[in-house]
Amino acid sequence: MATVAETHQEENAAPPVRRPTGISRRSRWVRRAPLLPALIFTIVITQVPFLITMGISSLRWNPQKPGDKSFLGLGDYTSFVGFDNYKTVFTDERLRSAVINTITLTVGTVGISLLLGLGLAVLLDRKFPGRGLARTLLIAPFLIMPVASALLWKHALYNPTYGLFNGTINAVWKLFGADHGPTIDFVSSYPMPSVIAALVWQWTPFMMLILLAGLQAQPTDILEAARVDGANGVKIFRYITLPHMRQYIELSTLLGAIYIVQQFDAVFSITQGGPGSATTNLPYEIYLTTFSKLEYGEASAAGVVTVIGTIVVATFALRVVSSLFREEHS
Amino acid sequence: MSAQTTETPKSGTILNRRKKKSAQGEGDLAETGGFVWTTTAWVLTLIFFAPVAWMFLTSFHSEADAATNPPTLLAGFTLDNYSALFDRGVGPFLINSATASIVSTLLVLALAIPAAYALSIKPVEKWTDVMFFFLSTKFLPSIAALLPIYLLVQKIGGLDNIWILVVLYTAMNLPIAIWMLQSFLAEVPKEIMEAAEVDGAGTLRVIWSVIVPIITPGIAATSLICFIFSWNEFLLAKSLTAVAASTSPVFLVGFITSEGLFLAKLCAAATLVSLPVLIAGFAAQDKLVRGLSLGAVK
Repeated sequence: MATVAETHQEENAAPPVRRPTGISRRSRWVRRAPLLPALIFTIVITQVPFLITMGISSLRWNPQKPGDKSFLGLGDYTSFVGFDNYKTVFTDERLRSAVINTITLTVGTVGISLLLGLGLAVLLDRKFPGRGLARTLLIAPFLIMPVASALLWKHALYNPTYGLFNGTINAVWKLFGADHGPTIDFVSSYPMPSVIAALVWQWTPFMMLILLAGLQAQPTDILEAARVDGANGVKIFRYITLPHMRQYIELSTLLGAIYIVQQFDAVFSITQGGPGSATTNLPYEIYLTTFSKLEYGEASAAGVVTVIGTIVVATFALRVVSSLFREEHS
Repeated sequence: MSAQTTETPKSGTILNRRKKKSAQGEGDLAETGGFVWTTTAWVLTLIFFAPVAWMFLTSFHSEADAATNPPTLLAGFTLDNYSALFDRGVGPFLINSATASIVSTLLVLALAIPAAYALSIKPVEKWTDVMFFFLSTKFLPSIAALLPIYLLVQKIGGLDNIWILVVLYTAMNLPIAIWMLQSFLAEVPKEIMEAAEVDGAGTLRVIWSVIVPIITPGIAATSLICFIFSWNEFLLAKSLTAVAASTSPVFLVGFITSEGLFLAKLCAAATLVSLPVLIAGFAAQDKLVRGLSLGAVK
């Protein structure tokens, strides 16, 4: 993914170091030496496999029907098919719905958790009794292991017979004299909202933490001055707080989006992509294609398409991060 | 984080006193408004925390009490669910998780500290490009690299081996660690380093007596984040391990498929595997923001 880094080459400010003219080759390598182990390790572990994925994406390869050609000694494929797998990716119904589900899941989760996170951050920016404790309790959903929280939602909250949601509905109905409240099978009836709700619960604290830090970084003297000049709370929020918060909102949105595009745990644990393929997103679809359908070529092509999609999002993300970064180093 | 620092004005300086006065001056209206907002904040907090509380509570109930409808809040407490977990052999999974996360975190630090040094204190040319290269690898969905990694690991006979996870988790967290540590190292004041050099201190001595004390909190924050991400990782662990090297999330998923009435045990398992990260996260919550934002938000 070196392409993403390259787009920033021109924008980057010169390094803040005075480089004496005629710096020797040797001293330059002395500077580079501490960097090299990390750089080489990262390239080997992250870039090389991706190049291999690109290679496999041009092959017809199913390990259950092994061919007679060896691919780098890793296994035997049937034939070289050029871009055929990509044609499949773009025409296959399942994959197209996986793309749409990925977008729905990401936009839904990030959008809702951002709004909730902003609301909570504004509430927690005020002093009130027990604020420290409230903040601690609010972080908890983000610290629960994602697989554990997905299973918790599926079984302890959504379950139609003994889940907390139906149990609470039932208790409220009984309070008003009914025999039994309505039973809602959340996961089967509303699969996508169920997954999104569980993820929103998990990601709202993340948004809240970054946005709260942003609110607390507001220069108090400016707020004070605005208040002295007679600006009311709404105006201060609209003209001072929001512009100040813009970069924090962008940062949390984009970091959240990067993680949720790659989301696997909740889909795997709550719905297994179902019913049918109603909640199958790209990572889960690729996982199935790789390990159940065993279509290596097709899975790799889908992987490459996912990466390209992510690069598009990531380019925006990098622009935001680099603006924060440069501001700090200028 | 400034939550603690802004909470209460510590001393009665003139500035603080004046602030207090103006706050009082807003009068009763602000007070009622304050009550409403405080209540809202607490209600929302409790709603968000409720599933965690429910998980914790249910983990101490018997299976029969856990599956009632309407739900039973207070029933007899029992530790049976937790002992059942250890009977089912959760121990090795926890040890695998601990090995993978602690060893990979140490490896990350060993690689990232020198790299961050070469990107801040004595920066290489084009150091910002290098920074963004590292960051861009974080955006590569691991699913896109999973098949080649699976095939390579299979070829070298490394499936179901904890050290494969150690290596992969190191690669997964390295970019985050470099970004965080770089942001801490960039805060080391140049004047102090120069002064130390003028006084005749060698590079190693400068590193040891000037840089290390300043970035120790940074190293702690970085370790916390790396630990959380590797402890919670599921996709790679699920795909590359079977039994011997499986980590706690894999245990959790396998555990529920083989149980009849299992809600209380599931809650116990979910509580147990989340506990290390919960404790670490609560203890170091002021470091969380900076880590999650890759060092961008102080």
